[in-house]
Amino acid sequence: MFSAISDAFTLLETFDANLIGIVLVSLQVSITALLIGCLLGMPLGAFIAIQNFPGRQGVVVILNSLMGVPTVIVGVVIYILLSRTGPMGDLNWLFTSKGMIMAQSVLTTPLIAALTRQIIEDGWRVHGETMSALRLPIAAKLKWLVWDCRFSLSIALLAGFARAISEVGAVMIVGGNIDGVTRTMTTAIALETSKGDLPLALALGLVLLGAVLIANLMTSVIKSFAERRYG
Amino acid sequence: MNKRYILKMSALAVLAFSTIGLSHAQKSIVVSSTTSTEQSGLFKHLLPAFEKKTGIQVKVVAVGTGQALDIGRRGDADVVFVHDKVAEEKFVSEGFAEKRIEVMYNDFVLVGPKADPAKTKGKDIQAALQKISTSKSTFISRGDKSGTHAAELRYWKAAGIQVSAAQPWYKETGSGMGPALNTASGMNGYILTDRATWLTFKNRGDLAILVEGDPKLFNQYGVMLVNPNKHPQVKKAEGQAFIDWIISNEGQQTIAGYKVEGQQSFFPNAKK
Repeated sequence: MFSAISDAFTLLETFDANLIGIVLVSLQVSITALLIGCLLGMPLGAFIAIQNFPGRQGVVVILNSLMGVPTVIVGVVIYILLSRTGPMGDLNWLFTSKGMIMAQSVLTTPLIAALTRQIIEDGWRVHGETMSALRLPIAAKLKWLVWDCRFSLSIALLAGFARAISEVGAVMIVGGNIDGVTRTMTTAIALETSKGDLPLALALGLVLLGAVLIANLMTSVIKSFAERRYG
Repeated sequence: MNKRYILKMSALAVLAFSTIGLSHAQKSIVVSSTTSTEQSGLFKHLLPAFEKKTGIQVKVVAVGTGQALDIGRRGDADVVFVHDKVAEEKFVSEGFAEKRIEVMYNDFVLVGPKADPAKTKGKDIQAALQKISTSKSTFISRGDKSGTHAAELRYWKAAGIQVSAAQPWYKETGSGMGPALNTASGMNGYILTDRATWLTFKNRGDLAILVEGDPKLFNQYGVMLVNPNKHPQVKKAEGQAFIDWIISNEGQQTIAGYKVEGQQSFFPNAKK
């Protein structure tokens, strides 16, 4: 255990080019999947939160369940879609970071949508009557609600990032863990574990944890700064 | 929805998709291969030489032989590089490849606890498996339709033993060579492994090689170009260049030159 911690520091100290590449692939894929998840998930969640339509409760239940979809299932489904013989085979996205981004976006979108739905709905409970009285158009309502809940919504962002960066099932199947191309931190950890190099696997795990920690720290700093400034 | 909002959103979208476009336009092929060739470090030794010579990047997807062949069947790989002669010949007879070319061999070894409770130590794999079965010693099986799994099942059959998951001492893990070795190391059980993976495996615990040198433990690797008539997207020229190189004198010598802990891991034997 202690050797793993010192291994992790040695890994960082030597600034291993291979490791940097792996971290960069991980960040590129997961951050892009997070952005796509936000672009699709937040408007969707906000819409469901304040709009009444038949079957709304059912949609909410489905959305909440999708938060827990096993990553390997998403991996297999995206694999079948992207396979050269599959319906989207012409894209040639299998075993590329594009494919991995697609798979992780499928993971982040419902998660962010579900969390956004809950947060906005709570905000709606507070401000709903005022807004209805003002007869604002729906787009304006949504805009005000998202703005009002922006600090709470940061948790949806972090959850989406955590879901993407920590998963191994989907990227392993869709990316193929190709050295220097689609190897991410999690697939590298899986690989080192299967080589029996548990200390190195653990060291990589600590690097991953560090990346997540930095992301959370940054969000927290930005949030408290913004709260003081714009409160 | 005002203009600024839309502008902001589209800027975000551009940002999101721009990172996707960072891939380079280098020539590349996908080779589906086995964990033994990748994890032993052979590809790390082999591929830079090929890439330097031809400029073709080789992307290796390392899985079990069964899955590697399936990736080829779906046309998701250009070249398949595996070690299960029977399954490979089936692949050819199904028309997914035009021919199978032998490249190199290594051998399987039986590893188990150093104390060797079943007294398997020696040169005879059949006798060793019979002893494991009669003493009901823990045996870890890959159980994942890989080349090693297929070989293991052939040895059990040859030894006249019917194995199944119903026998508590016989444990199918359904995992790759490394994870299965981790399990064997944790349970202190017997397991069949290819020598290359064993040499690079670090979490050995109390395990050691007990049976080696039986001619039956010979393990042949073959390479096949996925049939472009079946899958037109297959990069025929680049894939063929890889195969031609790997069976050329230069490729074969590069394979022979790869050593783990001072031991040669793979022995080139392509017929020319």
